[in-house]
Amino acid sequence: MSTLTSSSPAAAASPKKGKRLRPSYWPFIIPALVVVVGVILFPWAFTLWMSANEWRVGEEQQFVGLANYARLMSDTRFWESMGHMAVYTVLSVVGPLIFGTAAALAFNSKLPARGLLRGIFVMPMMATPVAIALVWTMMFHPQLGVLNYLLSLVGIGPSEWVFNPRTVIPSLVLVETWQWTPLVMLIVLGGLAALPTEPYESAQIDGANSWQRFRYITLPMIGPFLMVAVIIRTIDALKSFDIIYAITQGGPGTASETVNLYLYSVAFTYYDIGYGSAIAVVFFVIIVALSLILLYLRQRSAWNAGDTR
Amino acid sequence: MNVRKIVNKLGLAVCVFLLVSPALLFFIWMLSLSLKFEIDNGAYPPILIPERFAWKNFTGVFESNSFLLYFWNSIIVTGSATIFALIVGVPAGYGIARLKAHKSAVVIMIARMTPGLSFLIPLFLLFQWMGLLGTLWPQIIIHLVVTVPIVIWVMIGYFETTPMELEEAAMIDGATRWEIFAKVAMPIAKPGIVVAFILSVIFSWNNFVFGIVLASRETRTLPVAVYNMLSFEQVSWGPLAAAALIVTLPVLILTVAAQRQIVAGLTAGAVKGG
Repeated sequence: MSTLTSSSPAAAASPKKGKRLRPSYWPFIIPALVVVVGVILFPWAFTLWMSANEWRVGEEQQFVGLANYARLMSDTRFWESMGHMAVYTVLSVVGPLIFGTAAALAFNSKLPARGLLRGIFVMPMMATPVAIALVWTMMFHPQLGVLNYLLSLVGIGPSEWVFNPRTVIPSLVLVETWQWTPLVMLIVLGGLAALPTEPYESAQIDGANSWQRFRYITLPMIGPFLMVAVIIRTIDALKSFDIIYAITQGGPGTASETVNLYLYSVAFTYYDIGYGSAIAVVFFVIIVALSLILLYLRQRSAWNAGDTR
Repeated sequence: MNVRKIVNKLGLAVCVFLLVSPALLFFIWMLSLSLKFEIDNGAYPPILIPERFAWKNFTGVFESNSFLLYFWNSIIVTGSATIFALIVGVPAGYGIARLKAHKSAVVIMIARMTPGLSFLIPLFLLFQWMGLLGTLWPQIIIHLVVTVPIVIWVMIGYFETTPMELEEAAMIDGATRWEIFAKVAMPIAKPGIVVAFILSVIFSWNNFVFGIVLASRETRTLPVAVYNMLSFEQVSWGPLAAAALIVTLPVLILTVAAQRQIVAGLTAGAVKGG
């Protein structure tokens, strides 16, 4: 690497200067390229290779072809985790999307101390997830938790929150929504800032009320931004780990075990590296496939709205 | 008319309060938990402001659990991973922006989609094979998975918006590419470097999943340490909440202090670590 960096100024001063030689920018990229190959591309290739092997830490490695994937097909715990992930993801996209859009509309108007308020509003997504999870665990406590007390104030009976298989996923989604609504707000706020004012002026003349203005002017124009929010939220919700692991570890039983948590157990509790790699590959393919579908949908909505990004 | 204006303003104030309160009340409750004695934390109905503050919850955290060591580990891991990411990522962002090689940024995008655990399996084996487990190196290296893409992503955006005229003028004056980069492009992009630095620090500091696999007893970072307190060492809420608050306080202060930069960076690239 050092030889490359020291030789490049000479290359830049070479006779071909007039042609504005583009390759001379490559030395800027090469160090990062080495890192990306080492910690990103190598792990991808290695995971793919390991997924075709049967190997537990401390045992003999053996090439088994697609056997790990075949095993995956009949693994009921895997399919259950897929179901949990699907429910968790849909809820964790819809929740932040609704609240985030509402928040963006509010933050788009003139507010006193807007910066400070926005800073506070963004805190949940920047705070350390494990630290947050810890406090939520205390708040979820059926007897001593503050949430059941708050429910009792409005006359609702106590819930078992994360301690009941039936309520655990909605409870975790509550945390996820609380945490990631700010990100949706920021994305949508960026869209609102770019809106032209003319349509609103003519709508005012036509006597449209504020709901009609939102429904027929704002919503279509921020459509592409909402799609970006949906894509990012989908990826993050599928990958969600810290909150679930720290609060329930996939429990009670396996009631909140998503694919990512199952993958963790297989790879680092059972040290079944080959099988874990196969799950990682399938998981990765699911994320990329879903993202591509959503990107395709976004392209279409961008076309309609005349967005150029 | 005037009455209507006041009503509108009041309505907006209520809306804003409703929006901010989940975040605000949560952190106030966190602070309350961390400052109460066990007897107040177990009280029903819950107490928000206790009569006596349990300051010892905070001092206790630092006295036991090798917390200072873990704090130091976190600083080393986050600091090294961030500085290294800036060293390789800022020039890379510049190079990609000038080469107009936007397609290469796809790798960064896919890296963001990849679940952290699928990086962990191969790198864990590699570190084991290299005999690095038990040192801080595995965590520093794997945190690059988080920090390098953030820095490159933010910097591409910044260098694309910096004007080319100055650089062209410097080139006519006979400056080399590296001189142009160091003396013309970098100073203009300083705000971008600040954004990249802040986001990289926050997402590296917060990372948990790499630590639970790679950290041993002596090499834990703060998020792992605080999680271990929950599962093994302690069940009392006060000290736990105090520890959680200490772990996340640097990030919260940074968030409120630099909210303008953070908002700019997040909306530009919509980045997130891990």
